[in-house]
Amino acid sequence: MSTTEKMTLNMGPQHPSTHGVLRLVLELDGEVITKITPDIGYLHRGVEKLSEYRTYHQVLPLTDRLDYLAPMSNNLGYILAVEKLLNIDVPERAQTIRIIMTELTRLQSHLVWLACHALDIGAMTVFIYAFREREVIMEIYEMISGARMTSNFFRAGGLSMDVPPEFEPKVRKFVQDMPGYLDQYEGLLTTNPIWLKRTVGNGVISAEDAIDYGITGPALRGSGVNWDLRRDIPYAGYENYSFEVPVGENCDTYDRYKVRLVEMREACKIVNQALERLKPGPVLADAPQIVYPPKESVYNSIEGLIHHFKIASEGYPVPEGEVYQGVEAPKGELGYFIVSDGSSKPYRMRIRPPSFVNLQAIEKMSKGSMVADLVAVIGTLDIVLGEIDR
Amino acid sequence: MADNNRAAARLKEQFPSSILDITEFRGETAVTVLSRDILEILLFLKKSLRYEMLTDLTAIDYMGKKEERFMVVYQLTSISCKERVRIKVPVAEDDCTIRSATAIWQTANWLEREVYDLFGINFENHPDLQRILMTPDWEGHPLRKDYPLQGPDREPYKGRLS
Repeated sequence: MSTTEKMTLNMGPQHPSTHGVLRLVLELDGEVITKITPDIGYLHRGVEKLSEYRTYHQVLPLTDRLDYLAPMSNNLGYILAVEKLLNIDVPERAQTIRIIMTELTRLQSHLVWLACHALDIGAMTVFIYAFREREVIMEIYEMISGARMTSNFFRAGGLSMDVPPEFEPKVRKFVQDMPGYLDQYEGLLTTNPIWLKRTVGNGVISAEDAIDYGITGPALRGSGVNWDLRRDIPYAGYENYSFEVPVGENCDTYDRYKVRLVEMREACKIVNQALERLKPGPVLADAPQIVYPPKESVYNSIEGLIHHFKIASEGYPVPEGEVYQGVEAPKGELGYFIVSDGSSKPYRMRIRPPSFVNLQAIEKMSKGSMVADLVAVIGTLDIVLGEIDR
Repeated sequence: MADNNRAAARLKEQFPSSILDITEFRGETAVTVLSRDILEILLFLKKSLRYEMLTDLTAIDYMGKKEERFMVVYQLTSISCKERVRIKVPVAEDDCTIRSATAIWQTANWLEREVYDLFGINFENHPDLQRILMTPDWEGHPLRKDYPLQGPDREPYKGRLS
């Protein structure tokens, strides 16, 4: 008589399809997964602790290192929370540029997701295609902020600087071309029998379970829940834009793929609407207590120099209180909960990372499936360890 | 005002003796309640007021600033009514225990583990209460205000020298 025994398999932290330093301890019965124990924290840098020792201005560069595939979405969530505490309004032009950049960020993040997800389950060509388009967005990033990933571009009250004149034509051309590129990806994947076999019916999670696990973003919409913060609890002027919120039906990996592709098309539409609204004007609020003075004044007058020095060295006091600001980041709801004690440093800053909460459902989604299908589930959850571990 | 908020008004009716404070700031409502009835209140919010999703669960360390040192904070979202509410629960340092919300939301599992890991607050009846971000043999709870920024065995940070 033969006996069977359960096997423990270690996956990661150095494993190309765990998308970073995620370690999963799998318990296997043959090739079927019976238990998954995720082990996280390899990238823990203590961002929440660090931010208690920095002024509000100095915290900003920490935020774009959380989800490093969507830096401007992280910047936006933090800046909106600070602006809510300060209770200041942002000029129209700054708000429009913020929308353009966060939607390009969504495209960028989804392109990396598509590239890696497809590569993980064997479709290498898509990887090369998606990174070709991502490069254009990286060039736009570099053009306006000087950095390809760590943008650090938004400021409380507006933007760090206005965009150069070549920004608008470059973005316009990109969003014109992008739907054609999306057709190319779809031509490679949407009806591809191998792709369908790997994704349809894999990683199923029902709408009730998805809400119970707190899943947000495309993963929640793929399970048929019509919920998008940009439309339902609008922020940063999203209430003035019209766009569709795609919803899946079968709650599986394939539906989440389709939801994200429609989201990319909708992001192009939002950028187009924003470009129509882009009019010349100031990009910083008229709030000298908070906003840095213009460089001409810093270099040419002693008052300007002192003004700059005061904000740079002491920061600005923020009214006492606590606010929570959630934004629809590419991966789900990214929330910043800031408690201010009236000083120029946050008393407590909590980051609610979408990937951390979404990853928790991985056991629910892939218990009872094959090891190879787990790779597809990691891909479809679209996690980034930088924001899980913080 | 704060009383106009649906959740705040209903909670006041239902649990008059456990509500400590209701505040509104920048359009957000926060209800401070006693830890005694926390699960009943959360369940009431989920079942009767349709706050289906636990968006976030975290804690604040008010060392030396408030009578009860810790504050556990729940951010709830109602998908059907497009609303949010914040529930806050003071937790004393010497007891440092609160009942776990894992029976109500699966989300609470990892979020409570994180609060346990970084603040050292215990969650009663949690199925798997162990550290999540720090290593299992780590000593201390990094997000407490008396935990030094540079770590326990190093020179304290003296600010920038320049």
